[in-house]
Amino acid sequence: MQKIEHWIREQTFHHSAFWDLRAMIEEKEKKGLSISLCIPTLNEEKTIGKEIVIFKSELMDRYPLVDEIAVIDSGSSDRTREVAASFGADVYLSSEILPEQGFKRGKGENLWKAIYQLKGDIICYVDADIANIHPRFCYALVAPLIYRDSIHYVKAFYDRPLAFSHGVRPSGGGRVTEILVRPLFSLFYPELTALVQPLSGEYAVRRHVLEKLPFPIGYGVETSHILDVYREYGLDAFGQTDLDQRVHRNQSTQDLGKMSFGILQSFLHRLEMHGTVDGLPELSNLYRQFQAHDNSYEQVVHEIIEEERPPMITLPEYREKFGISGSGS
Amino acid sequence: MFLNGGLPFVELSLVQVMPDSKSDIQSILDRLPDMRTPLRECRELILANAVMVGEIPAPTFREEARIEYVRNRFAEAGLQSISADEMNNASGILPGKTGERNILVVAHADTVHDESVSHTMQVSPDAVTGAGIADNSIGLASVLSLPWILDRLGIQLESNLVLQASSRTLGRGDLSGLGFFLDNTTVPIHSAICVEGVHLGRLSYSVLGMLRGEIVLKVAPVSTWDESSGRGAVAVLSELITKLLSIRLASVPRTSIILGSVSAGSSYNVPPTRARLKLEVRSEAAGQVSAVRREIEAIVAEIRAERNVDVEFQVVSRRRIGGIPFGHPLVTAGRKVMESLGIEPKIAPSVGMLSSTADRGIPALTLGLTEGSGLQTDEESIRIEPLFTGLSQLIGVLMAIDQGGCDAED
Repeated sequence: MQKIEHWIREQTFHHSAFWDLRAMIEEKEKKGLSISLCIPTLNEEKTIGKEIVIFKSELMDRYPLVDEIAVIDSGSSDRTREVAASFGADVYLSSEILPEQGFKRGKGENLWKAIYQLKGDIICYVDADIANIHPRFCYALVAPLIYRDSIHYVKAFYDRPLAFSHGVRPSGGGRVTEILVRPLFSLFYPELTALVQPLSGEYAVRRHVLEKLPFPIGYGVETSHILDVYREYGLDAFGQTDLDQRVHRNQSTQDLGKMSFGILQSFLHRLEMHGTVDGLPELSNLYRQFQAHDNSYEQVVHEIIEEERPPMITLPEYREKFGISGSGS
Repeated sequence: MFLNGGLPFVELSLVQVMPDSKSDIQSILDRLPDMRTPLRECRELILANAVMVGEIPAPTFREEARIEYVRNRFAEAGLQSISADEMNNASGILPGKTGERNILVVAHADTVHDESVSHTMQVSPDAVTGAGIADNSIGLASVLSLPWILDRLGIQLESNLVLQASSRTLGRGDLSGLGFFLDNTTVPIHSAICVEGVHLGRLSYSVLGMLRGEIVLKVAPVSTWDESSGRGAVAVLSELITKLLSIRLASVPRTSIILGSVSAGSSYNVPPTRARLKLEVRSEAAGQVSAVRREIEAIVAEIRAERNVDVEFQVVSRRRIGGIPFGHPLVTAGRKVMESLGIEPKIAPSVGMLSSTADRGIPALTLGLTEGSGLQTDEESIRIEPLFTGLSQLIGVLMAIDQGGCDAED
């Protein structure tokens, strides 16, 4: 796959290449770009304060790279919104954005509504649960978009093994990536296997691409994005940046099972939508796990529905706010 | 005017505040209470520095990564003559208008926490929590942020500020980083402020006599059932400690022995062959630390002879009595600055960085910046709001030095 090798060589970056923030800001201003940082939250009071402090200090006050920092919250029951606001973030309740569209609980919902709420030409999404947060989690993702007009969508990956004795090492994503997503990509979209961590929650995207993407509101949002962007623009629209290391909460195998089920739903839906396969049977929304009590086993059934929001550009409210004529469809 | 190794307060009458300095200091004092408001606008900048510097582990002798971060920050601030010396101190100069004086502002970069401890910080609206935040990430972050803060406040001093993150300060580091810098710098240091994260109100200007040492005791391996010597190193060390506690210590001037750490053994049923005691002797009186040291050495010799064990007493660090007197204009300025900000001065002799400046005849103060708790645990915490008062205090003292209001006349 020469294409993959070429892409990895040309469009895979390490954050250290983008240390010169002054030069980056100069280029951003030259191109007249604006950048929004969006942090989707649900009960993240322990980590959100640090993220806001670091991003605001380093990427707004000290180096004016980011034009707005917004927290889009799903309705936290802890002090997430209060903490974020106290350090100067713009805080929005997801349910209060586009209220006529209703509210659906899910990270994808927050990401979708951010397109309407935020102003930037580039939106950088960063999860709120990163213990080792650093400004590079934003600037190293927006940098390829600032410097390379042909790149539209930049994913983060993390490749910093704690110890490795040989020069060659597997450069892998998380468990769901390696067990589910990479095998699926290998089967159906081989070029996309070049993305080291397609499920990472940190990525930066140009608005004109984001506004055209339908948004699953649950687990499948990142996978669907990648498939839709790939279909529309090809592999060359992607970039990926190594951010070294991400320290975060580990999820249980049971939780990863639910995540995989949601991703698989979205993936199969895309296969059908893109005409890659046809005639899929009607699929169940019920994910079944089992737990044991002594010698008896009982079912635990989760209903996981991967609802989708339509491309933002199809909403009249959005087109009006951003002065876009036509129907957007 | 500088007292070094003698009684600290005898030359008080020789100290005179410069005649024209009172009104200058008053004009500084008048500005300080309102300074807290613009300082609050620097909150994210200071806290971001505290988090980022604090999440880089820097146990004593392994400060390289943190020092690299400090150097980068100094470079971003446009400091001059940025360097990391052989002891891994990071230094840089913020030039003043005339550069007539060089004022050293130093915070120690090393911590008691090794790399195995989580250095993750948590930031809430009121506080920052995490290993080493109080001692001394917030102090170091404040020094790093000083160029931006002064710029934001529109303050340009006449004097050069020599900003430094000092390494090899704690424990066996024995202040060797700062000592090396002061012995080798080509920049004559006029005066110094040692910045500690906690506690706000701390005002240290004198140095206690101090000795830190370790007693290491080894006994021959024995069977658990050997009645005559089955007690192992713990029991012999216990006997030694009893004797140490019987040393008579003067209460005025105060002398004390602090038994700081005991380590021995690893299980329930195996008498250890080795035990270690770490201790510190402090005294306000000249000669007392040496006297206590002789008594400790005598006790160690007695135990060695009586119990037929291998026991050694090793001194790992030593401080001489010194510092500046209470009436020194620098102390006076420090007190006035505190009073103008409603801070109650808590005068406490130091055994820390201040002794390095004192040994070299440099007038200096140690100031604390905010309130904190859980010191030297992984639950260390500092309060954010008092920090702005602490920083106003630091800037006030720097401005007073800058104006010459802290110069002593012989």
